[in-house]
Amino acid sequence: MSKKLIESGNSAAALAVQLASAEVIAAYPITPQTPLTEKLSELIAAGEMDAEYVAVESEHSALAVCIGAASSGVRPFTATSSNGLLYMSEQLHWAAGGRLPMVMCVVNRGIGAPWSVWNDHQDAISQRDAGWIQIFAKDHQEIVDMTLKAFRLAELVHIPVMVNYDGYYLSHTYMPFELPDAAEVRDFLPDYNYKHALRPETPESLNTVTLPDARMDINGVKQGGYMDIRHNLHEEMRLAMDVWEEIDADFQKRFGRGGAPILDPYRCDDAEYVVVAMGTIANQFRDVVDRLREQDNLKVGVLALQMYRPFPTSKIAETLQSAKAVMVCEKGLSYGNQGALFADLKSALYPYQARPLLHNFITGLGGREIRTDDLYLTMKTACQQEDQGTPEQNDTPQWIGLQL
Amino acid sequence: MTKTTKTNVLNLTSEEFIHPGNRACSGCSLSILYRIGLKALGRDCIFVVPPSCLTVMQGLYPISATQMPVLNGTFASTAAIATGVRAAMKRLDKKTQVVAWAGDGGTSDIGIQALSGALERNEDIIYICYDNEAYMNTGVQRSGTTPQGGLTTTTPYTGKKETGKNVPDIVAAHNPAYIATCSASYPLDFHDKLLKAKEIRGLKYIHIQTPCPPGWGCEEHMTVKIGKMAIECGLFDLYEIEDGKKSFSEPTQKLLKKSKLRPVSDYLKLQTRFKALSEDQVVAMQKRIDLKWEKYRQEFNT
Repeated sequence: MSKKLIESGNSAAALAVQLASAEVIAAYPITPQTPLTEKLSELIAAGEMDAEYVAVESEHSALAVCIGAASSGVRPFTATSSNGLLYMSEQLHWAAGGRLPMVMCVVNRGIGAPWSVWNDHQDAISQRDAGWIQIFAKDHQEIVDMTLKAFRLAELVHIPVMVNYDGYYLSHTYMPFELPDAAEVRDFLPDYNYKHALRPETPESLNTVTLPDARMDINGVKQGGYMDIRHNLHEEMRLAMDVWEEIDADFQKRFGRGGAPILDPYRCDDAEYVVVAMGTIANQFRDVVDRLREQDNLKVGVLALQMYRPFPTSKIAETLQSAKAVMVCEKGLSYGNQGALFADLKSALYPYQARPLLHNFITGLGGREIRTDDLYLTMKTACQQEDQGTPEQNDTPQWIGLQL
Repeated sequence: MTKTTKTNVLNLTSEEFIHPGNRACSGCSLSILYRIGLKALGRDCIFVVPPSCLTVMQGLYPISATQMPVLNGTFASTAAIATGVRAAMKRLDKKTQVVAWAGDGGTSDIGIQALSGALERNEDIIYICYDNEAYMNTGVQRSGTTPQGGLTTTTPYTGKKETGKNVPDIVAAHNPAYIATCSASYPLDFHDKLLKAKEIRGLKYIHIQTPCPPGWGCEEHMTVKIGKMAIECGLFDLYEIEDGKKSFSEPTQKLLKKSKLRPVSDYLKLQTRFKALSEDQVVAMQKRIDLKWEKYRQEFNT
């Protein structure tokens, strides 16, 4: 039986991992992920989850344990935030390059220095080039559903998947959500199967030193050099978008939820102005959209981006063809340039004839409060601005909520 | 104390577990140990290897010299990766041996955190550190176990100022299930200690001194002789610790009866990496060895 709960976002994630029957849990506590780790530890100790809990001594080791377990053919799980994600950064690249199927939850938090425990997206954004699939949940139900779907995606395409959700906004708040029936989940998610699992009966050496050039194996068959192997990762990551949509369609059939796996639009059908955002801020923008429509007669919509990597270049560019202006509002940036999402979106639009006017907004860093009023006023100004602005002006991020 | 088998050249299996032709240096002592060690471990193994001499020894993709599955991983995480493999074997209800092979860098420096964590959790793995006393794979840079005076590319001219870390002592402080020290010059001793380790549950740590001709500055045919001399001088001791009790292995045990050991200068003279050592430093080194052996005689001679 599925059951309805009111629980925290961290609990939602832990319960999803329990349903997914992850068998090796190795997570190092870090605010605001800690309760997720504690919940899993509790479930295992209480005998409610049959898994190996490894009390690792660091995040770098946490992902190492997952790499060891996945390589041996057993479904692992880890979770982290912020500096913890960065500490395991080289392992992220290892798992992706090693084509290991695994899922990690990242409870998004700002990165030091200076120290912050509060939410922003810089942790995930800073790892966007590592080769992990990145998805962003906006509420507790999505945390559950996306985590379950993520296991299936990772195991089908042999690429690790990062499920992001906002620290505190989701991790520590309580919301109603439905937990699917365990038997139905087992039917949805087949047994773990890693193609090259380490087995003495069929010995293989994984991730050996690989030359720049392709090279013959002992059977005279040409095998890829480093660049060919990495090219495969990229190509298959692009194809993973289609697989994600198929999985979502199947999930929707079984559990009755889904239908917007990559782009989740709100009032975008007739929108002249579209806000693009990821995570909870996209939900917050729904209030802004309603207000702008009712009070100011502006045809605004908000497009929540659910899958950030691979980046849905053509999907998002085509969706925005009819917009006059697009406001990209994000909680992170590529320092010295612009918002990461903004730059990705701009790049996606470049080959198209119709290019809406683009605005970049940075907000909420280190958990700075994002006031709906401020969002409303900023978007209203952006929609109503008559002066096109110089290219330099339009291309420079504006910051919402600075206090100095 | 569990009884150790005594393998000799006549009863050592002739079955090979590594293909001929690998990328080890000529005269490499690790290659002796690896080949013979694998005869003790058998095929039901999974190896975890960080960047090190052994990584390159295996060969370059898509060809591998080892006949067992090998998981190469990042430098700092050998013991953690092995932990993950071990956890998987437990879930799969398999008795496959999980064996980590790391160099001194991957064990005592960058790898020490993961090793300490695995020790604290008493992970059921065999962790083998082959100690050639510097980062040899990348061209002889100093490591935590480089001895005082050792000339390396990062301790040039005057040699390393500090003494090296005693890794077995650090490991012993964690009270693992089993610790042993071995020498590449006594491969059958290593073989038999591995046989014993396989039967013990918990973390088994084996530290092997592996002389390295290019790194230590000696000719290739001197490898085994230098390893033996390190033991004869009482500098490197072969022992096991089980249930907190230390017992020496035969090459070291027999030295307890001697009142005076071979001078350490005999050992140092044979390696150009020690040519910067001053007289005073050699005297101090000899004193440290003498003091250690005084304590051994008091403790172990009835």
